[in-house]
Amino acid sequence: MQKSQTSPGDLTAAEVLDTYFLEARARLIELAATLDRIDRAAGSQAVQSDARLQFIQDSLRILQRPQPGRAKAVQELYSLK
Amino acid sequence: MFFIDPHIHMVSRTTADYEMLALSGVVAVSEPAFWAGFDRSPAGFVDYFRQLTEFEPRRAAQFGIQHYSWICLNPKEAQDLGKAREVLAEIPKFLSCPSVLGIGEIGLNKNTPNEAKVFQQHVQIAIDAASQGPSGAKHALILIHTPHLEDKLKGTRMILEMLRDFGSAIDPARVLIDHVEEHTIELVKDAGYWAGMTIYPISKATPARAVDMIEMYGPQRLCVNAAADWGISDPLNTHRTMLEAQRRGHRLPELLQVFHNNPAEFFGQNPKFTVQPIKVQLLP
Repeated sequence: MQKSQTSPGDLTAAEVLDTYFLEARARLIELAATLDRIDRAAGSQAVQSDARLQFIQDSLRILQRPQPGRAKAVQELYSLK
Repeated sequence: MFFIDPHIHMVSRTTADYEMLALSGVVAVSEPAFWAGFDRSPAGFVDYFRQLTEFEPRRAAQFGIQHYSWICLNPKEAQDLGKAREVLAEIPKFLSCPSVLGIGEIGLNKNTPNEAKVFQQHVQIAIDAASQGPSGAKHALILIHTPHLEDKLKGTRMILEMLRDFGSAIDPARVLIDHVEEHTIELVKDAGYWAGMTIYPISKATPARAVDMIEMYGPQRLCVNAAADWGISDPLNTHRTMLEAQRRGHRLPELLQVFHNNPAEFFGQNPKFTVQPIKVQLLP
């Protein structure tokens, strides 16, 4: 069953995409809605400099990296050093 | 808290679900005709319409829930125009059943020309029902399914355009367009139609996003449903949306408007629907 230490079981990349695309899409929409919600709320300007919002923006930049290791990098971003 | 679930497919649910809905404050459900997971024969549709109009109201009544239904050939089976012709011929006789509120859920699935043709034929049946129905000269109520995922925006635009082509024969106040999301709700509400939001966390809306839309576009002419069926779905997602709204500080009158009174107002345009809107008042 094991192909290599890094492959997701027996799934091909296309099968992984088929399996997880809708879930990933839903989470992206949810995140977009969460950011909109913050912007709509009273005091939204005051939280623009909140470190947690910066974490989200930094995480989004990590997602755009072309190489694996994104989940670990995002976790490290949210970790106490 | 009292609820009306404006869109749920109880034929796919257990009797225990009826009990759970009753225990959680649901006083009425509305069940549009839909796809059973496989394509049926015209005779199979007649059996299904009988199940909707005879069996389900009795099953719901055991728990004090009023069961109403909508009759149509669902868009997923509208590709076969021959079958559509046979099924559509059966619809008018079911429209006069005591618990049938109108035509639905019609609409589009993959936005094909055949689906569009059958959609228009259904709308014409609703218009033709005006002279015979209990609503006098008004067309039968219409409940519309909008397509899923990447087909939704285009399909919603097509539906709005086709409805517009019927001119003054269609009253937007007697039409509910369902499964709206952030990119379609404005189109539907701005054109004067009722809008429905379905809480399917992966493929449609989540409770949080639905409450966002209530806040952004107003609670008027807006309903929330769980559209629970034979797939991965949960009849209590309507309730979870109410809890999310409550968590944000929305008060009882507004919650009642969205989760009870709005469906009561839309459905109540057909005199067969007897659940009255509720008003809460603080005692001195």
